[in-house]
Amino acid sequence: MIVAGQKPLAEIKKMLGDAERILIVGCGTCVTVCFAGGTKEVAVLGSALRMSTQLDGNAKTIDELVVQRQCEWEYIDPLLPELDKYDAVLSLGCGVGVQALAERFPNKRVIPALNTAFMGMPTRDGNWEERCQACGNCVLDKTGGICPIARCSKQLLNGPCGGSQEGRCEIDPDVPCAWQQIWDRMNSLGLQEQLLAVEPPKDWSTSRDGGPRRIVRDDLQLPAEYRD
Amino acid sequence: MSESPDLKIVAFCCKFCAYKAADLAGSLRLQMPPELRIVQVPCTGRLDMVEVLHALEEGADGVMTLGCMPGDCHFLQGNLRARKRVEYVKKLLSDVGLEPERLEMFNLSSAMGAKFVEYAVEMTERIRKLGPSPLRRPSNAAAQGYRDDRLESGMRNMEAPQALPQESTVVPAEM
Repeated sequence: MIVAGQKPLAEIKKMLGDAERILIVGCGTCVTVCFAGGTKEVAVLGSALRMSTQLDGNAKTIDELVVQRQCEWEYIDPLLPELDKYDAVLSLGCGVGVQALAERFPNKRVIPALNTAFMGMPTRDGNWEERCQACGNCVLDKTGGICPIARCSKQLLNGPCGGSQEGRCEIDPDVPCAWQQIWDRMNSLGLQEQLLAVEPPKDWSTSRDGGPRRIVRDDLQLPAEYRD
Repeated sequence: MSESPDLKIVAFCCKFCAYKAADLAGSLRLQMPPELRIVQVPCTGRLDMVEVLHALEEGADGVMTLGCMPGDCHFLQGNLRARKRVEYVKKLLSDVGLEPERLEMFNLSSAMGAKFVEYAVEMTERIRKLGPSPLRRPSNAAAQGYRDDRLESGMRNMEAPQALPQESTVVPAEM
């Protein structure tokens, strides 16, 4: 899932500027699961902003709403009739959700309340870790299901660097060395011989190096003359 | 204890400890600060911090959360989670600009009727020193209102300012 964290309240207030009527829009998908932008977080931020602006002597109208998924038109289109009442929309969605709102509602200011961090998972209560970097060309079959792109600090493809110390990465003792993990796992699977194969330089054109990406599935589209 | 009878302190009490301690304090005829408004919760771990914020937003001058002693939670760890959440909300309150001292977590057992009163008095004294919440006199009525679930989508809409709901007041003096 996409993992995000909330921006500091002061930064959010600064971004809101002189907007007087604000609709906070949360998202019921990834950012709900990572406790950043779901119903509860929307309620907490709404309450905090109402109290804070009131204490500033300029109480703003802050309303709250959560859509099931902020990154699909069909879920955000029902917002349209409500938006006239507001000067700005404060999105508690990820960067995709913010941009979906901005694209669908071109006349409305859309402000991000979250910093979208990475694709990852919760490994224990209140702790999320990066697992995928969307490089567009998965190598997990060769590395025992542990991603050297997302989890090795140097994105190495042919074993660890000299900074691997007792299974930890030199950047931070809390960060495990991905290549140590890969070796341990391949060893336990009896597949360590596979690691002797030299991996050539990776084609990064499927990653960000190739510019903004998109996937087109023709089988999911109507013939061109029938599309909206 | 009638110097500032209009102060309101909401005390979210776990039913397994603090609520019973308050009941015991009543049975013992101990004097309870009249500022207290007791709300029973099944466990402080069940207490949603949104409710704490809403209490303050609606003009409560202080909020107490009272849970079991560490290690004695009926649900094992609810009180430990509550304390962490209270710490989080206190930090949020200082970002908001409201004194974080208006919120406090206490731990006690159901046998501690006198301790309950002691905590209640301690909190009341603290709130008296801080004075009434600056949120009690809204500078703009538009700041109020979020409870109207008019739309199924969860849209919160505006409504007139409301006083603290008196129905939530429970007097712990059942014999």
